[in-house]
Amino acid sequence: MELANIEKLLEKYLNAETTLAEENDLKNYFLSDNIAPHLLEYKSLFEYFSISKSERYTKTIHLKSQKKKWKWLSVAASLVLIVSVYSIKQANDRRIAEKAYADTQKAFNLLSTNLNKGTVAIGGQLKNIETVERKIFKQQH
Amino acid sequence: MNQTEFLKTVIPFKDKVFRLAKRLLTSTEEAEDATQELYFKLWKNKSQLKNYRSIEAFAMTMTKNYCFDRLKSKQASNLSLVHSNYQEKGTPLQRQIELNDSVSIIEKLIEELPKQQKIIIQMRDIEQYEFEEIAEMLNLNPNTVRVSLSRARKTIREKLTKQHNYGVS
Repeated sequence: MELANIEKLLEKYLNAETTLAEENDLKNYFLSDNIAPHLLEYKSLFEYFSISKSERYTKTIHLKSQKKKWKWLSVAASLVLIVSVYSIKQANDRRIAEKAYADTQKAFNLLSTNLNKGTVAIGGQLKNIETVERKIFKQQH
Repeated sequence: MNQTEFLKTVIPFKDKVFRLAKRLLTSTEEAEDATQELYFKLWKNKSQLKNYRSIEAFAMTMTKNYCFDRLKSKQASNLSLVHSNYQEKGTPLQRQIELNDSVSIIEKLIEELPKQQKIIIQMRDIEQYEFEEIAEMLNLNPNTVRVSLSRARKTIREKLTKQHNYGVS
């Protein structure tokens, strides 16, 4: 493109009166190798514009919020906590009940052994009475 | 609108959303988070998308508003964005800029522009939207866009000439 034309376009460019097509002409001129020395200062400007446009967003886009995941995680964590507290309490209650049952059993066992002692003792006595009775009745015959 | 249709409509302009976010937030990482968040918002509002004449224009407006909000909350929490771009890993653009110092000067010059002019330069000189499209996205009239753009281009050129004359670039 003619140098005079480029200079005219630059003037329009600074006044923001260029069309996109004209701005592209300018860009092409300044990205080429033969730039008029007095216009060299513009080179980096147009270079910068075209380099900037090549920058990409390279990460994948997630349509579910990360924050939401954390929210669900906290709900899950509190559920686990409640369940474990509940089951620990259950286990504890069970242990207490078993201990009480064992104690009662022991008490009953104690009671029954002692009762048996009594029965045995009475049983012995009864035998004695019987033999004495028999002796007495034999003498009467 | 199902997921495939949605992606087919919105994926083509994801780079534009990302680049506008990066222009405003200045850090690649922040811009990536913003893009992700914006696409999630679009997906949530997918039922309303058909009411818009141009979904792309709507998305660009959303991006601008979202980034302004981010900048405001950054300022409120007193976190400086100024230096955040030094920590980023080498994106292709970053590497290219290291190779060409005079190009990175342009980035700084654009960075120094007022927010509105920054967006307009991004939309016109990089994304090559028509004035009417930019006007619609920013809710301005096309003439205001033109005036703003002219001001931005002249500021950049003035500073560039100054640096050129000092032999910096």
